[in-house]
Amino acid sequence: MPTFVHMTRCDGCGHCVDICPSDIMHIDKTYRRAYNIEPSMCWECYSCVKACPQDAIDVRGYADFAPLGHSVRVKRDEQKGTIAWKIKFRNGTEKSFLSPITTKPWGTAIPKLADVPGPGKEMRDSQLLYNEPKYLRMDDGGLHTLESNGLKMTKGVVY
Amino acid sequence: MAYETIVEDGIDVLVVGAGLGGTGAAWEARFWGQDKKIVIAEKANIDRSGAVAQGLYAINCYMGTRWGENKPEDHVRYARTDLMGLVREDLLFDMARHVDSTVHQFEEWGLPIMKDPKTGRYLREGRWQIMIHGESYKPIVAEAAKKSADKVFNRICVTHLLMDDGKENRVAGAVGFNVRTGNYHVFKSKTVICGAGGASNIFKPRSVGEGSGRTWYAPWSSASAYGLMINAGAKMTQMENRIVLARFKDGYGPVGAYFLHLKTYTQNGLGQEFESTWFPELQKMVGKEYLDPEVSHLTHRPIPTCLRNHAMISEVNAGRGPIHMVTMKAFQDPHLEEVGWENFLGMTVGQAVLWAATDVDPKNENPELTTSEPYVMGSHATGSGAWCSGPEDISPPEYFWGYNRMTTIEGLFGAGDAVGGTPHAFSSGSFTEGRLAAKAACKYIDDGKAEGIVVSDEQIDRRRKEIYKPLEHYRIYRNAVVAGDVNPHYINPKQGLDRLQKLMDEYCGGVTVSYMTNEKLLSIGLKKLQIMEEDLQSLAAEDIHELLRAWELMHRHRAAECVTHHTLFRKETRWPGYYYRGDAMKLDDENWHVLTVSRRDPNNGEYTMEKAPCYHLVADEA
Repeated sequence: MPTFVHMTRCDGCGHCVDICPSDIMHIDKTYRRAYNIEPSMCWECYSCVKACPQDAIDVRGYADFAPLGHSVRVKRDEQKGTIAWKIKFRNGTEKSFLSPITTKPWGTAIPKLADVPGPGKEMRDSQLLYNEPKYLRMDDGGLHTLESNGLKMTKGVVY
Repeated sequence: MAYETIVEDGIDVLVVGAGLGGTGAAWEARFWGQDKKIVIAEKANIDRSGAVAQGLYAINCYMGTRWGENKPEDHVRYARTDLMGLVREDLLFDMARHVDSTVHQFEEWGLPIMKDPKTGRYLREGRWQIMIHGESYKPIVAEAAKKSADKVFNRICVTHLLMDDGKENRVAGAVGFNVRTGNYHVFKSKTVICGAGGASNIFKPRSVGEGSGRTWYAPWSSASAYGLMINAGAKMTQMENRIVLARFKDGYGPVGAYFLHLKTYTQNGLGQEFESTWFPELQKMVGKEYLDPEVSHLTHRPIPTCLRNHAMISEVNAGRGPIHMVTMKAFQDPHLEEVGWENFLGMTVGQAVLWAATDVDPKNENPELTTSEPYVMGSHATGSGAWCSGPEDISPPEYFWGYNRMTTIEGLFGAGDAVGGTPHAFSSGSFTEGRLAAKAACKYIDDGKAEGIVVSDEQIDRRRKEIYKPLEHYRIYRNAVVAGDVNPHYINPKQGLDRLQKLMDEYCGGVTVSYMTNEKLLSIGLKKLQIMEEDLQSLAAEDIHELLRAWELMHRHRAAECVTHHTLFRKETRWPGYYYRGDAMKLDDENWHVLTVSRRDPNNGEYTMEKAPCYHLVADEA
């Protein structure tokens, strides 16, 4: 059904509603808990599963091709900067995986461009973007142009 | 209806759709426009929206010029070869010469990029691809965009672009509605950068029921990039160039890392290599210039994606399916096994769910592959999108009208799927295109091109009425029947989507007809699309969520119509394996080595088709 919500775990906080890219996690008006209102528009992207503070959301594979009896669970931790997966097969086999999600303390590494000195006229009139040319090669190399690379544009059939 | 009208005025740069293209635009715009007002309108939540919402396990476009790995023109040649000659080489060269600076920034922002332990360089999956732990790719770039934007409006479904009432063919902002509150939002802006998405779900999917959400491209990629721009009268290019993906069956899990890094390979149902057996016949269709296995073997020039699809489709139709990916050998290595699984968990969890459900362990069993339904987009191995200006130091006159990545509408720029002729941009290239568009948009404003824009109340009111019409229609007619969805006065968005997918599949070369179409079929398809447009006037939405689906459907329908016109116009089979024109089964360079360009007149809905010259990048011998 792609995602589904465990009745006993969901407290109706709405984090899943807030994050779902497909707008399909909604709060049920009677039970005041979340549910997937349109399973055929669910990508099994796990955004809601990762966002749920109660671990209340799970995924059951698409009914038209996935048999029952499996699970793929996830724990995403911004403090530790990791994501942990546990896959359980229908036949009981289990596999676990752990990956980093960032190399920097969460939310600290991106500068505010309003605080950096603005570009001068020369840079505005050039083809350069912010942080260029330095970030192109992390050395003194410049931007490639047709001239620097000995190229031209020609009309017609070229293979 | 009681919905409020909320006007955001005085915007300089409005970013519509904040996926990888839109976040790049918003981030960079602040540098060039330190005092400018930058606003984002996003259909979902910027932290998890767009095609990369779920994450990525590779960045597929990185030159590595710092290590002398590639030059920008190498990538242009690669994209040209893969797309059978027809790409915008000015835009591609421009993207490729800047993309590394984008990736180096990502690394600084905390995106984990894998390193080759021997060389210390980024770990290559293939010549252009580097491997990442990209589960949080989208939240990271979203943070960058949020740091630059003055305001981020999440959950706004943008339905139309606003046009200047004072000057013909100049953009003035956008309108839409809030998917939560239902309120009407008006964004008055000097420039608009369209970062909205390409099109999933315009062709009938292989799956039925629930599984139709397991599209290859995200189901929320609702062709809005095209719907918005075509409706405003922007010229479009290469819209016939839809893409079909060879992927793991049903889950559509990616195969790139499997082929390139894990060195797995394909075989038919009899356990035989099959691909090369189709090449002699295929060579007769496309010519030796486009398919020469010997040269490819000697020079490592890749066989175009569509031609490899063709071999797979033909082999299955010849009765020797299914096609298998031979994984059993590679997966005996525990490290490679880990890479194989994490590849899915990082970007297509549904494939891991499916293998768990069906007890497919690629260590013990070779999984099945299949070819997907067609998709229309502009950043993967295909280049549909708007006809945009290139940069002044590269573009020939036919490709240049003042501002990089500006469409044929003044002040309207594109990035990612919105820009035509730039395949193989992928995530990093789309972000880079956003950056280029942002710089150009700021220059456009600084040059005084956005002075004196007029937006009449009439235009704002007209769009408001149009937007809520499906809700109104539902309210008026729902009681004409006792209960249920069968109503002679309307169709709902799901019913409309089913109709669109079925007709595109049958008449425009979908999966059930093995991607085959012809002039007669396409003409019938266009008629059906026209009648469908009349029925879209009777679209009914029960609530705000259905109103979202209604507008997604209208964007999909418009994109589908444009795709069909383009497919009819190009009388050749340029990309066998993506689609076939049964009445013109050969590649025809004499007449069709050109880019197709269309424009829909917003006043009467008529399409004009034209051929634009195809320029190539060559060595300057002078």
